[in-house]
Amino acid sequence: MDKTVNQKAWFLVLPVFLVVAFSAVLPLMTVVNYSMQDTFGNNQFFWNGVGWFKELLDPSTDLGGRFLASLGRNLFFSLVILAIEVPLGIVVALSMPREGWTVAACLVILALPLLIPWNVVGTIWQIFGRPDIGLLGYVLNAAGFDYNYVSNDIDAWVTVIVMDVWHWTSLVALLCYAGLKSIPEAYYQAAQIDGASRWAVFKAIQLPKMNRVLLIAVLLRFMDSFMIYTEPFVVTGGGPGNSTTFVSIELVKIALGQFDLGKAAALSLVYNLIILIVCWIFYTVMTNAGVERKVQAASEPAVEPKPSVGLKPVPAFKPKEGVA
Amino acid sequence: MHSIPGRRLIMGLFLVFLLLPIYWLVNMSFKTNSEIVSTMTLWPHTPTLQHYKRIFTDESWYSGYINSLEYVVLNTIISISVALPAAYAFSRYRFLGDKHLFFWLLSNRMAPAAVYALPFFNLYSAIGLFDTPWAVALAHCIFNVPLAVWILEGFVSGVPREIDETAFLDGYSFPRFFIKILVPLIASGIGVAAFFCFMFSWVELLLARTLTSVSAKPIAAIMTRTVSAAGMDWGLLAAAGVLTIIPGALVIWFVRNYIARGFALGRV
Repeated sequence: MDKTVNQKAWFLVLPVFLVVAFSAVLPLMTVVNYSMQDTFGNNQFFWNGVGWFKELLDPSTDLGGRFLASLGRNLFFSLVILAIEVPLGIVVALSMPREGWTVAACLVILALPLLIPWNVVGTIWQIFGRPDIGLLGYVLNAAGFDYNYVSNDIDAWVTVIVMDVWHWTSLVALLCYAGLKSIPEAYYQAAQIDGASRWAVFKAIQLPKMNRVLLIAVLLRFMDSFMIYTEPFVVTGGGPGNSTTFVSIELVKIALGQFDLGKAAALSLVYNLIILIVCWIFYTVMTNAGVERKVQAASEPAVEPKPSVGLKPVPAFKPKEGVA
Repeated sequence: MHSIPGRRLIMGLFLVFLLLPIYWLVNMSFKTNSEIVSTMTLWPHTPTLQHYKRIFTDESWYSGYINSLEYVVLNTIISISVALPAAYAFSRYRFLGDKHLFFWLLSNRMAPAAVYALPFFNLYSAIGLFDTPWAVALAHCIFNVPLAVWILEGFVSGVPREIDETAFLDGYSFPRFFIKILVPLIASGIGVAAFFCFMFSWVELLLARTLTSVSAKPIAAIMTRTVSAAGMDWGLLAAAGVLTIIPGALVIWFVRNYIARGFALGRV
């Protein structure tokens, strides 16, 4: 049952290691290299030590001010969309039809926004929200709201947030639905015998069973919204002013717009470090959840259909239909 | 599964919310530009196929779709073929640094593309791959290979270890066992992983745009260029957008039962 120790397994992993190292380690070394140097064009580089990092973390400088402001905006954005998408996703998952062809139809429509290229998502909302040609903008203006995402900060924010809710709530809903599906019918029957209320069933049965998928959903949504670039870039271009400029947009502006290699590299490293820390938390929590489940499953030989678990899955045949 | 009161209404409203913007895009793609700009109509009053016709006849447009498909397919093939053996190794064996390696892979799936845009530009220019589908295909490996490894690992772990042992006792060599026995057993997993590689490569724009200039320009980049240059040809833009949605919408049916699993990196 336990995995055997076999160092030859490295040969199997080697291709992956080489491919990812080529596209991750090499570029990252370039970034580290740039982050310590300054350039005045002509490919002449000068040693700058930690100068860029000092500037980056000091809000009184131009670079630091821009970085910290975009970081703040990005964190605020992530929190807002999490606060909307997670409850909404749970509600939608609970509203899924029980059986029949409608289940498949709902799944397909739910997944549709997830498969649209990100810049097209931006285009869709750009068109949809325009006061002159878009349904949303037109209706809002006709109803007396002075809505224009191009010139008004708040409207731009609302548009970007609604767009993200449109784009990604389905992800939370699909994950929750997969979690709900794994609850055996017997649990509900027991709850019915006990005369449990709807709310009690949700709190005592459904929520605990969903906590693992919810965790994945929250962390994935946090990471992806923290790296968001294409959609707001297409819709607002980071504007009006800088009001919807998130970290990635700022970074691309500095790196590919101004070709300020040193500054961009320093920003990249700090940005990457933040991601790495969150990612580590994600990984630890996820593997721990896997172990916990295993222990739980071992202590109560439940009838529960077993989804694949964490890093050390039990060797049981999964039904072909898998999850969802 | 027990649902909540008013679920039909909630589901209905949410689906309308999802479909309305897409409907608007489709609607606009069938309108003439004068109709788009002059009046607000809920459906095309003078339906036209001129935008679609233009895309299918103008090489600078349809070549974008071909370029995109080229690097997406390349990327999917590379990702799956390197990820398969690794997934098996992670699922069956313990070896030096396995957990660190697994985490490192995950961290690359999460890395922001914006960080890599500039170094990739330098790297692929230096080795002469800039503006070829290979550059984009290799660049997209940074998030697709880890994803494929994670998804496939879940599926390989679903195959009982006894099957490996029996096969080896029967005298199968490792490569033969891998191709003849393991791959057919996890065929659905390979399909799911391929679908997700295809999808994430298809929806990504930043790296694809940075690493191409003329001859390998993806459709997404052609769209953004036209928006700014051609004086807002809304109908054409909408038609191009509709055409990018179609591949995803077509294959979604086959993986509808696995979507959650793929998005959860194979961990549901």
